[in-house]
Amino acid sequence: MASNSSQQHQLVGMSRAAYLRVLVVFLAPAILIYTMFSVYPLIDTIISSFYTKQNDGSHVWNGINNFTALLTDPTWSQPFWNAFWNNCKFFLIHMLVQNPIGLMLAALLSLPVLRFRAAYRTLIFMPTMLSVVIIGFTWQLILSPLWGIAKMLLGYVGLGFLFGPWLGEESTALLTISLISVWQFVGIPMILIYTALLAIPDELIDAATVDGLNQFQAFFYVKLPLIWPTIGLVSVLTFVNNFNAFDLIYAMKGALAGPNFSADIMGTLFYRVFFGNQLQLGDTSMGATIATMMFLIILCGLMVYLFLIQRRMQRYTF
Amino acid sequence: MRKPVSAFVVHGILALYTCLALFPIILVIMNSFKAKRAIFNTPLQPPMPWNVDLIGYTKVFGDGAIANYYMNSIVVTVGTIFFTLLFGAMAAWALTEYKFRWNTLLAIFLSLGIMVPIRLGSVSIISLVSDLNLINTLTALILVYVAQNLPLAVFILSEFIQQIPKDLREAGRCDGLSEYHIFFYIVLPLLRPAMATVAVFTMIPVWNDLWFPLLLAPTGGKQTITLGVQQFLGQYITDWNAVLAALSTAIVPVLVMYVIFSRQLIRGLTSGAVK
Repeated sequence: MASNSSQQHQLVGMSRAAYLRVLVVFLAPAILIYTMFSVYPLIDTIISSFYTKQNDGSHVWNGINNFTALLTDPTWSQPFWNAFWNNCKFFLIHMLVQNPIGLMLAALLSLPVLRFRAAYRTLIFMPTMLSVVIIGFTWQLILSPLWGIAKMLLGYVGLGFLFGPWLGEESTALLTISLISVWQFVGIPMILIYTALLAIPDELIDAATVDGLNQFQAFFYVKLPLIWPTIGLVSVLTFVNNFNAFDLIYAMKGALAGPNFSADIMGTLFYRVFFGNQLQLGDTSMGATIATMMFLIILCGLMVYLFLIQRRMQRYTF
Repeated sequence: MRKPVSAFVVHGILALYTCLALFPIILVIMNSFKAKRAIFNTPLQPPMPWNVDLIGYTKVFGDGAIANYYMNSIVVTVGTIFFTLLFGAMAAWALTEYKFRWNTLLAIFLSLGIMVPIRLGSVSIISLVSDLNLINTLTALILVYVAQNLPLAVFILSEFIQQIPKDLREAGRCDGLSEYHIFFYIVLPLLRPAMATVAVFTMIPVWNDLWFPLLLAPTGGKQTITLGVQQFLGQYITDWNAVLAALSTAIVPVLVMYVIFSRQLIRGLTSGAVK
């Protein structure tokens, strides 16, 4: 009982007051800053989503009216559902493109006797390190018809006819931006899955190979089932990050997330409603309401992960 | 990997993807050194003696604002790392070493912040910061970033503190050292590798963040480099030399940091620090 003995030491060596003082000195700075700038603002935001601002500047209780307005009143519900479904598409594209590519790269990187492994890993991870703002502008330049880089490259492989103003068209803007985000963040699933793959003992793979499985089969029948917990974690991280995203769309399209709000997601909607823009004045209560909805959405994602996915998963320890 | 063909395919795929990852970055940096005509006529050609033009950089660094933004970013990042490590290590130590009634509850309370993004509290953070008269100050940014990064720091550092042999602290106590002495002179030096991991995790997102600089310190020369470049790009959107130079100015320091710390970062990521 090491913990008990250490407690006794303190109580033997010092008075209870001195012990409490030690605790406060060590814990207070972290707890204070965290509570004041993270927990309190979140709770306060949730509370203010139940209030509304009167013309004289006073805040009055408004029950769940902000929420019903957001979900049903066309002035609010139309942009809200638009942003929500766009955000779902944004997430779906990450799940269908980013995570499979990350998985594939991780599987290749973790192959035995691969040369230049460290170099590949470091270089592929590089875009993840850069600011989303910089990535957004860089791709804007590359896709710009003015510069014509994308058109030229497509031309080299005979696909020049495919080129269009992808970022400027309603039908393709969100997809293009999502793929740019995928391009930037593919390093995260890659590294996390790569780590999980490295943790699988060689004997398991050797045994599978002896039993006549080739590398492909060994991956699908032996390794993949073992890394499902990591893939679950990668999915929930993707979910939280996607429903909290803002920077890339703001950097590429501004707060209006145009054309015609076709690239609007929860983060940009929140910013626009809270701060106001060319089209409307800032609205603190509705901003708080949208933030609370984002909080609930992220909470749902976390709950699904904790109670449905993580519980059913078997964790293997080697 | 026994057959040379499959090795060839594997290297082919990885090399191709590496090119895809690096191409936009190299393209921007390369063209930032070229004259406008060369940017448009031969974008894929590296800068040659006859088409080098540094006009973009003279514009970016011309009014001295960018140097100031760099300074702001450095102050914010270093300040955030320092306080996150100090307060995070202190809290992690107290939570793992001392047993008291609210111990587990406090640990859960702190770990909530790992998953819930602090950005969702922005509405109240702004009014709090303006009540404290901290709008357009770097202090506001540091406080928010410390609050944002503390939960993960406490989590990672606690795991490391548990691995420190009990004998070391008990020996210190037998010698009559105070708890503060034990923490600052025995425990903290042993935590150095873990603190390096936390520092790297903290550094990059803070340096790159756009949201809080935009909300809390958008004007008054207190912009960070990410926001400063974003505003600069908005103004000079049609001046390609300036835009490419500004982008490169923002990319290069991060690449240098990454090259220096990549081993630390990947080791941190792959040592199970993030589970």
